[in-house]
Amino acid sequence: MEYFLIIISAIFVNNILLAQFLGICPFLGVSNRLSTATGMSGAVCFVITLATVVTYLVNRYLLVPFGLEFLQTIAFILVIASLVQIVEIVLKKISPSLYQALGIFLPLITTNCAVLGVAITVVSKEFTFGGAAHMLNLGEAVVYAFATSLGYGLAMVLFAGLREHLASNNVPKMFRGLPIALITVSIMAMAFLGFSGMV
Amino acid sequence: MGKKISLILDGFVRNNPTFVLVLGMCPTLATTTSAVNGLAMGLATLFVLVFSNMAISAIAPMVPDKVHIPVYIVVIATFVTVLQLLMQAFVPSVYATLGLFIPLIVVNCIVLGRAEAFANKNGVVASALDGIGVGLGFTVSLTVIGIVREILGSGSVFGWKFIAGDGILAFVMAPGAFLVLGYLMALFNKYLKK
Amino acid sequence: MVLCLTAVCLLCGALLGLVYAATGDAIQAASLKALQASIGQVLPEGGEISEAVTLEEEDQTFEYYVSSKDGKTLGYAVKSVVSGFGGPLTLMVGVLPDGTVYNTSVLSHSETPGLGAKCATDPAFVAQWKGFPASKALKLKKDGGDVDAITASTITSRAYTLAVANAVAVVAFLEGKSGDVDASTGASSENWGG
Repeated sequence: MEYFLIIISAIFVNNILLAQFLGICPFLGVSNRLSTATGMSGAVCFVITLATVVTYLVNRYLLVPFGLEFLQTIAFILVIASLVQIVEIVLKKISPSLYQALGIFLPLITTNCAVLGVAITVVSKEFTFGGAAHMLNLGEAVVYAFATSLGYGLAMVLFAGLREHLASNNVPKMFRGLPIALITVSIMAMAFLGFSGMV
Repeated sequence: MGKKISLILDGFVRNNPTFVLVLGMCPTLATTTSAVNGLAMGLATLFVLVFSNMAISAIAPMVPDKVHIPVYIVVIATFVTVLQLLMQAFVPSVYATLGLFIPLIVVNCIVLGRAEAFANKNGVVASALDGIGVGLGFTVSLTVIGIVREILGSGSVFGWKFIAGDGILAFVMAPGAFLVLGYLMALFNKYLKK
Repeated sequence: MVLCLTAVCLLCGALLGLVYAATGDAIQAASLKALQASIGQVLPEGGEISEAVTLEEEDQTFEYYVSSKDGKTLGYAVKSVVSGFGGPLTLMVGVLPDGTVYNTSVLSHSETPGLGAKCATDPAFVAQWKGFPASKALKLKKDGGDVDAITASTITSRAYTLAVANAVAVVAFLEGKSGDVDASTGASSENWGG
């Protein structure tokens, strides 16, 4: 039940893009076409889940025991940057087809604040999923990270679909490009507000 | 002297990080629920931008090309952590309000972007000025968005209430952030972008 | 290449260590001050405030502080966390030994701005907790109790009331008036639809 609540909350109620404003730059950048949006979502999903596991362990077994929590930001960003590099190298060797699909997005992900944002949130925030307030354990953290990235993918793919249609419309000149895109996201965010308070 | 001023002014209009370069969207949308929050976030970014620009321009000639990105990220993360510690010590309430978005300055594309595009090719003084210019441009943009959202959403400016009761709550919440940014960007395109 | 990265990391580490050492005391002082301010706000003045005590009951943990003067307990400040509308809602609740709520203050919340977030600012809502007598029922009026809810924020008001009720239950347990802490965690299915 608790895992179910975590998933619903992370995908719909606290959607990372539309409610938490994390990872907006790539969201606006690569949502022009549905295919690139799907590729980016896949890569983000992969990296967020992996990065959360590693940073969770780094925090729990390296930073906290030695009282080095103040190095959290710098340690996490280094972990994420190296992880992205490793994933890139491994993917190239093991699965060239997957690398073809996700590869070009990987370098962009280091500076995607969704990854660092989720990693920091997981180790620093208390959650109440229908129970007492508590810090997430590793299992919950993984589920939370994965569900959050699914929410990222959902918003991204929905938005890319809308944006493909927008491109063929006659938009006033001053609104062309990002302004109309942002207004579209605003309406999507309003729709997602309907989920608030569900969990 | 004229060149120095133009370095700073560039950050406001021609290289405006928010409306022209469209960088650092996450804090722009998330922290502008009021004018004061927008201003604080802008100043925090300004601090990191100036110091990381200076440090990077000083060490750039010594850094091998292959590892320059990791080195820059470490430098930026260091100044972000310095900022975190200083804010926790001296303005804990502001730190609590901005929360997650202070450590996230590390991955703000503006900071790494200026390091790559400007600081590694220019001197320390020019890089500092560039940091001030872009940082102020970011601060002003965030404050403007914050003012608009605060007026519409809470009926106040910088905490000073001019209508009784509530404003249009949607503007304080997530949809309002996207909407205000979209309209401001359209206005910017129409009147300021040449 | 490796040498350069190592050198940069060492330098940055050294700088951070320095700043951390320099700000450590100030950060501790700031957080202590914030804690003392929140306790001072919810308890009668003049008491000697104890160190934090934790009480574990079933699956819930409560942290509380005892204020005493000349060996007599003046009151308890209980940190109470429940699940609000948008996430955890953390209160500091001051309770006198006889079960009267002296005052409450919000430590942190993630309620909707302009709606549930008013639980920290709405004058009528905040004021009703000052000296809330033990004889009154800690439930919203629409649930058959004596608490006035914030307009359009029933779930937040209900969560707030629950947090206070939990704190009162903790004090009743501490004072030996009840065998166990009858606390619940809030926002469960029975609270749906408000």
